[in-house]
Amino acid sequence: MIRVARIVAVKDLRIEVRSRVLLWQVLPFGVIALLLSGLALGPTQAGNSSAGPGLFYLVTLFVTLLMINRSQAIENAPGTRASVATLGLDPAGVFLGKAFALTVELWITGLVLLAGSVLVLHTALIGTVEALPSILVTLTTLALAGTLYGALTQGGDGPATLLPVLTLPAFAPLLIAGERSYSAALHGGALWEWWVIVVVALVAYTAVGILLYGVLEES
Amino acid sequence: MIKFTQRLLGPVTLACLAATFVLGLWVTPEDRTQKNLVRLLYVHPPIAWVALYVSFGTATIASCLYLWKRTRSMNMDRIAHCSMEVSAVFIVLTLITGSIWGRPTWGVWWAWDARLTSTAILGVFALAYLALRRANDDPVVRARRSAVFAILTAINVPIIHFSVVWWKTLHQGASVLTSTGQLNVHGSMLLAMLLGFVGFTLLFFWLLRERYRLEVKRDVASAATLDEALSLRRREGV
Repeated sequence: MIRVARIVAVKDLRIEVRSRVLLWQVLPFGVIALLLSGLALGPTQAGNSSAGPGLFYLVTLFVTLLMINRSQAIENAPGTRASVATLGLDPAGVFLGKAFALTVELWITGLVLLAGSVLVLHTALIGTVEALPSILVTLTTLALAGTLYGALTQGGDGPATLLPVLTLPAFAPLLIAGERSYSAALHGGALWEWWVIVVVALVAYTAVGILLYGVLEES
Repeated sequence: MIKFTQRLLGPVTLACLAATFVLGLWVTPEDRTQKNLVRLLYVHPPIAWVALYVSFGTATIASCLYLWKRTRSMNMDRIAHCSMEVSAVFIVLTLITGSIWGRPTWGVWWAWDARLTSTAILGVFALAYLALRRANDDPVVRARRSAVFAILTAINVPIIHFSVVWWKTLHQGASVLTSTGQLNVHGSMLLAMLLGFVGFTLLFFWLLRERYRLEVKRDVASAATLDEALSLRRREGV
């Protein structure tokens, strides 16, 4: 399983490095969305650091949706799914590999957006650094859930429009938990109860993905 | 015997619901604090019980049984689909009755409370499930994907249940049965509430049964249409 995961993750990341979609399309979109969010709030509100965590996770949500679609589109190239099925790769390994690649991409995007949040929205740097572990765990959970939901939407009618409908209710608790723990790191407050939600979701999505990704691949 | 029980389901459901409304509206006294507003509580918790636990539970169990190879059959997929549809209706009713109770009690139709928000999210999940079903034409693919999605959405049910314990919420915690197992409702009020729970649970199974029958008929009709089209093509070929 781990070997297959490594092969799939390296394949996905290599395709990303060569195509540079993350660099030239996703990252600019994220930065523009962050700037527009700041403009929508206006100079007084945008300069207020309390808006930072919410805007960061809102933009992260948009970027995550783009990247899930991108991650699944890689598999839609002619013959890819058929060759994966012929090779008899362990579906759990494929799931973990795709989720790992998506996690790496989300972490890179997240770090760029955090830097943007500190610069543009004046979010406190020390608090942001303190919140980093919770942000990285939240992004990992989003990647795991996104890989599962992405596989659910492929092959049907309008996967790009169906994906937000399926993922938004699933992402909502994660985004709320991530935003609250980020805010708690900035302004003080209880962190553990929000961490619990994210960690429980991380374990649940990993377990469901390992058990059921094969069912989705079969179909 | 089974047919006789099935025939009785509708009348018994209607009788239970009618008794709940009579007891709730005329027989039971008004509450000391909530006054007449308490009468909505003979309806709202039973509807929420059906929406969150009975219908979602049925959909999840049927989905698990579909994915398990030994019990895999299209009947399980139909049960999951029909339960989820009924569940969507009951979740909307839960939110509406809760809002009607919340307006005079809390002063607002809607509050960003953990219980309310997580229930609304469950409603969106139910609608997303129905959207996912419509996106796939192949019955086997549709059944598999829907089953996985139903299991994923079930993660939200414990979050809703414990939301009043985990977070400080406007919505009250367990008030009929306390954590020590003591009953907090008495006399005719308890009877009206219990009848409501039984009546709405029976209503769910009645609706599920009718919806299931309709789904079977639809599948038979679409298979017949396909056969007809195939034979027509064969005749054209000859």
